[in-house]
Amino acid sequence: MKLSTFKKGLHPEDYKYFSQDKAIETLPLPDDVYIPLQQHIGAPCEALVQKGDKVKTGQVIANTGAYVSAPVHSSITGVVKDIQKYYHPLGMRATMIHIQREGEEEWELLEKIDDWKWAPKEKLIEVIRDAGIVGLGGATFPTHVKLNPPEDKAIDSFILNGVECEPYLTADDRLMIEEADKILLGMAIMMHILDVKKGYIGIENNKPKAISMMQKRVVELGYPFQVVPLKVKYPQGAEKMLIYSVLKKKVPYSKLPMDVGVVVNNVATAYAVAEAIVESKPLVQRVITVTGDGVTEPKNLMARLGTPFKNLFEACGNVKDDVHRIFMGGPMMGMTQYHLESPVVKGSSGIVAVTENLVEEVTTFPCIRCGACVRTCPMNLMPLRLSKFAQEKHMDNLNEFGVMNCIECGSCAYVCPANIPLVQWIKVGKLRLRESNAKKAKEKE
Amino acid sequence: MTDIKKAPEAPKKDENVEAVAPEKDIKKPIEDKPKPPVRKNPSADGDGGKPKPDPRRKLFKSERMTIVAPAPHNKGKGSVPKVMYAVIAALMPAVIVSLFLFGTKAMITILVAIFFAMLAEYVCNKVMKTGLTIDDGSAILTGLLLAMTLPPSFPIWGTALGAVVAIVFGKQVFGGLGANIFNPALLGRAFLQASFPVKITTWTLPAFAATDAVTGATPLGTFFSTDGATVASIKSLLFGNIGGCIGETSAIALLVGGLFLLVIKAADWRIPLSYIGTVVVFSGILWLADPVKYPDPLFMVFSGGLILGAFFMATDMVTSPVTPAGTWIYGIGMGIVLVIIRVWGGLPEGVMYSILFMNGLVPLLNRWTRPKYFGEMPAEPKK
Repeated sequence: MKLSTFKKGLHPEDYKYFSQDKAIETLPLPDDVYIPLQQHIGAPCEALVQKGDKVKTGQVIANTGAYVSAPVHSSITGVVKDIQKYYHPLGMRATMIHIQREGEEEWELLEKIDDWKWAPKEKLIEVIRDAGIVGLGGATFPTHVKLNPPEDKAIDSFILNGVECEPYLTADDRLMIEEADKILLGMAIMMHILDVKKGYIGIENNKPKAISMMQKRVVELGYPFQVVPLKVKYPQGAEKMLIYSVLKKKVPYSKLPMDVGVVVNNVATAYAVAEAIVESKPLVQRVITVTGDGVTEPKNLMARLGTPFKNLFEACGNVKDDVHRIFMGGPMMGMTQYHLESPVVKGSSGIVAVTENLVEEVTTFPCIRCGACVRTCPMNLMPLRLSKFAQEKHMDNLNEFGVMNCIECGSCAYVCPANIPLVQWIKVGKLRLRESNAKKAKEKE
Repeated sequence: MTDIKKAPEAPKKDENVEAVAPEKDIKKPIEDKPKPPVRKNPSADGDGGKPKPDPRRKLFKSERMTIVAPAPHNKGKGSVPKVMYAVIAALMPAVIVSLFLFGTKAMITILVAIFFAMLAEYVCNKVMKTGLTIDDGSAILTGLLLAMTLPPSFPIWGTALGAVVAIVFGKQVFGGLGANIFNPALLGRAFLQASFPVKITTWTLPAFAATDAVTGATPLGTFFSTDGATVASIKSLLFGNIGGCIGETSAIALLVGGLFLLVIKAADWRIPLSYIGTVVVFSGILWLADPVKYPDPLFMVFSGGLILGAFFMATDMVTSPVTPAGTWIYGIGMGIVLVIIRVWGGLPEGVMYSILFMNGLVPLLNRWTRPKYFGEMPAEPKK
């Protein structure tokens, strides 16, 4: 059978074998957690607690009145030790609330919903916002905003993203195998909120167990969903690529999936939604893959948000001596870590430690215009030219060649035989173009 | 060039992370056993100016630093030297056939061309202070390709001169690998053709083709000088039993290598297809119009350097377009120019000039044929 997929893209070695068959383990409660005030795209939160306050698990410790944002909850029961800047996994120092564990765990739950099928939709959306749920695939866009599209956008399809196209990561894969029912329930709730009839579950074909499990439970529980096995190709998990793979619809430039009537959500998000609506649990934990050949015993862990990465590594037998790089997320788009005190945030889907055997240092050659990047770019851009324009600050050309379309998937840099940091330069180009546009707008005023 | 060798966003390695971490009581290193503190006043410990160990090493049990760099953190296996050596490997069947046909003369020409190409590259590297690039395989390839386009009887000093011109004026003056507009090997040959038009058209027939005749003409030359009265058989064209350049005589050996290139994707399949396809179509139309005056398409394809040019010269990555649409235009353009030169031009062979001509248009083709990006809407009407 020919599997559906998108055009171009590539197939990197996936290294999923490290942790693919490891069942999700719950990490023991950490003694200290560091919870960043902002773990989502949108307005930052303000701390609602002070040094010395006692907090319960699930208590809101930071919030904001802005619409595009999500509150932050304490993930353990204990005392607020400090509120100040600590290492953030995205490579900066951000304000975080340091909580030290104390006494027995006590939960503060969300507003209880008796039967979600009859509850008003506004209520469900409110609970999802109060639960602090954001896109857990890594983009961390607040879910309640996605579930509340403007009146004029008619949504007709819902796609559940179980693609997990990044190498190494297996968190979504394991979650689908072990918690299929809850994921399907979360999907049903979200489709109920959006009033959508057509539901698709996109899963790449390198997760046969997850596909058969989801297929089985969809049939057994009588959901009208369609499980769509997809050809293994990176970056299929990107929203625009997934919509094309499943529905063959192209999201126009600078538009959102809802403009073509589609809402995409990650399986981990669906799981969190089910927990929030049915069990009234806010988002205080997530599955994170700890893997790579630099880890003694790779595992999939259910960890509380704010747990320092070193706790995760300790639970996995620590990192090996010859570890070369440690990054959060997959190797194609992940952020390298320089400090293991950085905490698990809502967007952490994995933490990977690799040795030089898997990630080599390379020398850069001049561009030989082989066109490999052009043949690979899923957005149909010309990375070789964009990176040149970014270096030479040709703003008009950057604009003409569509630099803002870049989804920063890193495919171009992966395939480049000259090892040119193409996607890195394109990111610089996007920044420069944005800056120059802002400057121009200012001058006009 | 040096500034692009480093990833642009990578923080500097010597950035001291502990220095921005005053809360050292909270931030303990992850090591299990406490080790003596590494943070000392550099002036106080008096270790004789020895470089201080980076405090970040203590983050991990090992003494190693980890790399902090922007994504992606993995890499495909391709590399520029691999591409170059793949093309060289693909030329080997033709080289072996040529050694069999022309013997030591061919071997000497090939070795001299490669040696002088590498020598010129080395001298340029030294003069231009660009770091050695002779090991990336591109100079070897240029030398080899140049030798393939020369007649076996070409004087050694001429070969050496051509190789030097190819490297210096074909590649290095533009800034080295990747910066040249024209195919260096063809530029070197064009120089030789302009300077020594007689020597470069003095062909040796293969050893077994004619026992006593030492020189002969190429099938194309014969065809056009006799107004179509003499046509070499397709069989001899395929197996190389004809007069011609070192590398262009045996079509089969070239096709084997060319297909290998297409399979490993070291060459774009669109280029040979569109180039040879255009030649077949264009010359086919002419042949149907007047079969006596014009050669038939098969003869056009298998004689002269078309196979060599289409698979090995035109597909040179540096001097061919990167967009699919640009590649089609490039190939079709070369085909048209080639037939025009062969049929109506003063020269019997036009592969070299057709490729060089279209090489010059490549930067423009790349600009004109930008692919429509994913989800691009039709351009809005200009106000």
